[in-house]
Amino acid sequence: MSTTAVAAQTRVELALTLRRGESVLLTLGIPVVLLVFFSVVDVLPLPTGVTEAVDFLAPGILALAVMSTAMVSLAIATGFERSYGVLKRLGSTPLGRPALLAAKTLAVLAVEALQVVVLVAVATVLGWRPEGSALVAAGAVLLATVGFAGLGLLMAGTLRGEVTLAAANGLYLVLLLLGGMVFPLDRLPAALEAVARLLPAAALSGALDAALSAPPSVAVGPWAVLATWAVVAPALAAWRFRWE
Amino acid sequence: MSAVSVAGLVVRYGRVTAVDGVSFDAHAGEVLALLGPNGAGKTTTVETLEGYRRPDAGRVSVLGLDPIADHAELTRHVGVMLQQGGVYPGIRAREALRLFAAFYHPDHEDPDELLDRVGLASVASSTWRALSGGEQQRLSLALAVVGRPRVAFLDEPTAGVDPGGRQVVRQVVRDLAGAGTAVVLTTHELEEVERVADRVVIVDRGTVVAAGTPAELTSSGAPVEEIRFGAPAGLDTAVLAVALGAAVEEVTPGEYRVDTAPTPAAVAALTAWLAEHDLSLADLRAGRQTLEDVFLRLTGPDSHPGAR
Repeated sequence: MSTTAVAAQTRVELALTLRRGESVLLTLGIPVVLLVFFSVVDVLPLPTGVTEAVDFLAPGILALAVMSTAMVSLAIATGFERSYGVLKRLGSTPLGRPALLAAKTLAVLAVEALQVVVLVAVATVLGWRPEGSALVAAGAVLLATVGFAGLGLLMAGTLRGEVTLAAANGLYLVLLLLGGMVFPLDRLPAALEAVARLLPAAALSGALDAALSAPPSVAVGPWAVLATWAVVAPALAAWRFRWE
Repeated sequence: MSAVSVAGLVVRYGRVTAVDGVSFDAHAGEVLALLGPNGAGKTTTVETLEGYRRPDAGRVSVLGLDPIADHAELTRHVGVMLQQGGVYPGIRAREALRLFAAFYHPDHEDPDELLDRVGLASVASSTWRALSGGEQQRLSLALAVVGRPRVAFLDEPTAGVDPGGRQVVRQVVRDLAGAGTAVVLTTHELEEVERVADRVVIVDRGTVVAAGTPAELTSSGAPVEEIRFGAPAGLDTAVLAVALGAAVEEVTPGEYRVDTAPTPAAVAALTAWLAEHDLSLADLRAGRQTLEDVFLRLTGPDSHPGAR
């Protein structure tokens, strides 16, 4: 794998992502708006034991941001690249698939870093005082990114571009509602809550919430769910992905 | 050793046989055109050489290597222009060329110089989707050659390109061959073949129907016993036939065929008759067929006695 090629490809992936208005809206606009709106407007039910909305929202919105970049944005971009024959064309260059995957991963991580900076700044202004361990939180984000990216690439590699667009947005909405991101899990009906806890979105917001509370902890259940998705989703994507 | 070798290639899509026993070779420094109507199997043949399709029978090799098994090795030496773009819609022209140059680092053309050579310097900052069809084709071509390939596969490089752009494409193709690259291009445009190709392989319905240099192809076959000329449409062919003592047919409006040996006397009689009736002569061709004649004879509807 050539580092020159990976660096060049990463730069382009990143530039194209930031150039797409809808992608910036999805990955930065919506999370910031949700965070500000529900912190300021007192309409949301809070989990038992939480008094300030921003304390519940901040970890959940960080999880939402990771999901929107690693799954939705990646799926839509890759799906259209596949439809437009970009992946096919790259296949006949010396770039190679491992290098393409590495570049996409680096670009996703770079966007996530930007999201974390912006969202933590906004949450801090809103009165959030994060405690706990940034390291544990970063670990959960990395693990979740692998799983979400696997799901995104599974959609992008098997569905048509437009169908991927619809499917990724639909899944985004479902996982947003069942993800403990803006709506507490314990307010859901018991059966739905049980299902939600097995999904990667709720697992990430749960893991982040535990990591960013004092004292910080590695929430075993959510981490196990994240690890499972991190293995299964990329394996499925690698198996089913069609480059043309 | 041939740079590109195809022997008895068969490719099927389900029950449809797209390529049915095609064989040809291409050598370093030559431009080989695969010429044929749409659906003849040209793209399938080229995509097999690019490693995108697996042969159902026969052998293909590029630089002595297998396009699928040795794909990673070949990508460094093979330039590809797909029939349909394959470029990020949002990428800028210069950005795309620099990206592809980085893939071949350090042995590549200077992206800015190449952008200039394909006439895109003025739209270097435009995104792919903002480029015209012809500009997209020229950028695609530049992306195919930026890595200084030893073999280039160009699928319909002039499709949708305006006359000025065509000149640029031809020049890039000739320069490539001049530098020792084996160029295999597909086209259904005869004019392009006559202008750019060293050798032509005419493909129809998945098989090779003729191959050779353009000169060989146009001088092959039985001597042409006819005179063709262009004149105003709607001449009274019956009167002319009497004057010339040979059958006259208006092939298409304004284009005529006289069924006679192309002797100087016959030509003189024809021109005399036109002069007498004060008619202009737009074109005159005696005893020589063009590549178009060969192509139409070999691939036209009449060439398939079994077909309906």
